[in-house]
Amino acid sequence: MNLPVIIKFIIDLLAVLLLALGIKGLSKVKSARDANRLAAFAMSLSVIGLLSYYLGTSGVTIQSWIWIIIGSIIGSLLGAILAKKVPMTSMPETVALFNGCGGMSSLLVALGVAIFPISNSLENVDFFKSLINEVSISVSIFVGAITFTGSIVAMAKLQGWLSTPGWTQSKGRHFVNIVFAVASLIAFFDLINGNTSSIWLLVVVSSLLGIGVTLPIGGADMPVVISLLNSYSGIAAAAAGFVVDSQLLIVAGAMVGAAGLILTQVMCKGMNRSLVSVLFGGSLSAQSATSSGSGEYTNITSCSVEECALTLEAANKVIIVPGYGLAVAQAQHTLREVTKKLEQNGIEVVYAIHPVAGRMPGHMNVLLAEADVPYEQLKEMDVVNPDFPATDVVLVLGANDVVNPQAKNDSSSPLYGMPVLDVQEARTVFVIKRGMSAGYSGIKNDLFDLPNTSMVFGDAKKVLNDLIGELKDLGVGEK
Amino acid sequence: MSFISLLWVLLLGSLLGLELIGKVPPTLHTPLMSGANAISGITMLAALTLIVKAEGNLPLLIIGSVSLGFALFNVVGGFFVTDRMLAMFSRKSSNKK
Repeated sequence: MNLPVIIKFIIDLLAVLLLALGIKGLSKVKSARDANRLAAFAMSLSVIGLLSYYLGTSGVTIQSWIWIIIGSIIGSLLGAILAKKVPMTSMPETVALFNGCGGMSSLLVALGVAIFPISNSLENVDFFKSLINEVSISVSIFVGAITFTGSIVAMAKLQGWLSTPGWTQSKGRHFVNIVFAVASLIAFFDLINGNTSSIWLLVVVSSLLGIGVTLPIGGADMPVVISLLNSYSGIAAAAAGFVVDSQLLIVAGAMVGAAGLILTQVMCKGMNRSLVSVLFGGSLSAQSATSSGSGEYTNITSCSVEECALTLEAANKVIIVPGYGLAVAQAQHTLREVTKKLEQNGIEVVYAIHPVAGRMPGHMNVLLAEADVPYEQLKEMDVVNPDFPATDVVLVLGANDVVNPQAKNDSSSPLYGMPVLDVQEARTVFVIKRGMSAGYSGIKNDLFDLPNTSMVFGDAKKVLNDLIGELKDLGVGEK
Repeated sequence: MSFISLLWVLLLGSLLGLELIGKVPPTLHTPLMSGANAISGITMLAALTLIVKAEGNLPLLIIGSVSLGFALFNVVGGFFVTDRMLAMFSRKSSNKK
């Protein structure tokens, strides 16, 4: 062991420790921001460690420096610009895009090593070593390609660039995906047998597999898919670690892979969906439209914004239930104005956050935080549920399935067992909604039929703006 | 490093990852996902290795550089965007007026 090796070893060890502490800290509200910075620091440390190692041993040529600088400047700059500019509502697709690029990076490294074997793999020509090399190259390409195309499809779907084509809901898609999977297996064995050209087959079919698996999944399940793909990109990184013989890469990749898997599991639980049904069940709406009788609404009460404002003015306690629709309408700032007026009138306002509210778990908290809603007003489901009976008015904004009483009452309902907010316990419930269309599950919402529920039809942002006007006319919030 | 010891590293790394996040409040799901995502851009080290060991092989240098670009896009963008999200959580608890 010479000096550069020892220094690199120590730096790597430190980086792993800091990364682990970073992930750990990210799971607590208090420490999250520092933990994120700690992880970023650990990443820069690992780069310094690697470069100083090469400077101390083989040296780094000017030519290499040039290419390093070109790649890092372009990549970092684009990443930083996108991260600064992107609106908070498009967070899910942004994470998907970043994730896809990580997968692409692992794919390219493996591809590069496969086509132009680098010096250290030439030294050890024994069979076992080269076998491991080929296996890890294949895994890296396979997982990297799936991560890349899957993430890009996920992003396109969340952006609304891509809809769910009808044919992807047919049973035939499983057959097509199985063909892709078998083809990648064939390419894999062919590659191990020494047929280097089959690497391109592997690239193509695993890319297609990524598309084929992601395309049929409905928009509301996308967060789970992104989280899973995030776990994959960790696995791809670990595989790339085997390719270039880097323990740091293996540890960090494995850590992210495993942590991502846990997070995916946690998310699935919040949505009362199993991972298997998310991945292979297709879009939930397509499924339930056929399986459960959606039923007709018999007792819908609709009311004007004015009535809603009058009821709000007379209330003592108001609970807001924000959902996906609010995020899509980007109405979080308008909502904040409404609640400010109510608060100025001495009305207690609380936000009930369902674990999967918004476009991604936790996304709603970010959006409301952006609109300056005090943290103390955001209540998690378990905390807020006992409060509903003592509440005068509940405003449901663009949420649907998460307030469906069926999940508690009707054991035949596909939603049965999903944790929901018990808004029907409140005295009056206003549901602000574009029309009578069902939520993403495609299931009738029994809440809308209840006598204490009134529907206010319209776009969330427009209704809230009208509401501000009405409240102004009533003199609410003007002192 | 022998292959077997690398396998040990893989195993221990996975176990560590499984243990690290036990209970995460739903609030933090999105930031945690995006933070972990930034860390998965650690493949930048593999891309660097590729460039350093390319020994003047131009196609390899280009592949390495593109790969490095993709990885850093993931890392830098991921950390910045996570910080932006988390900044919002700390803001309202710190400057209450």
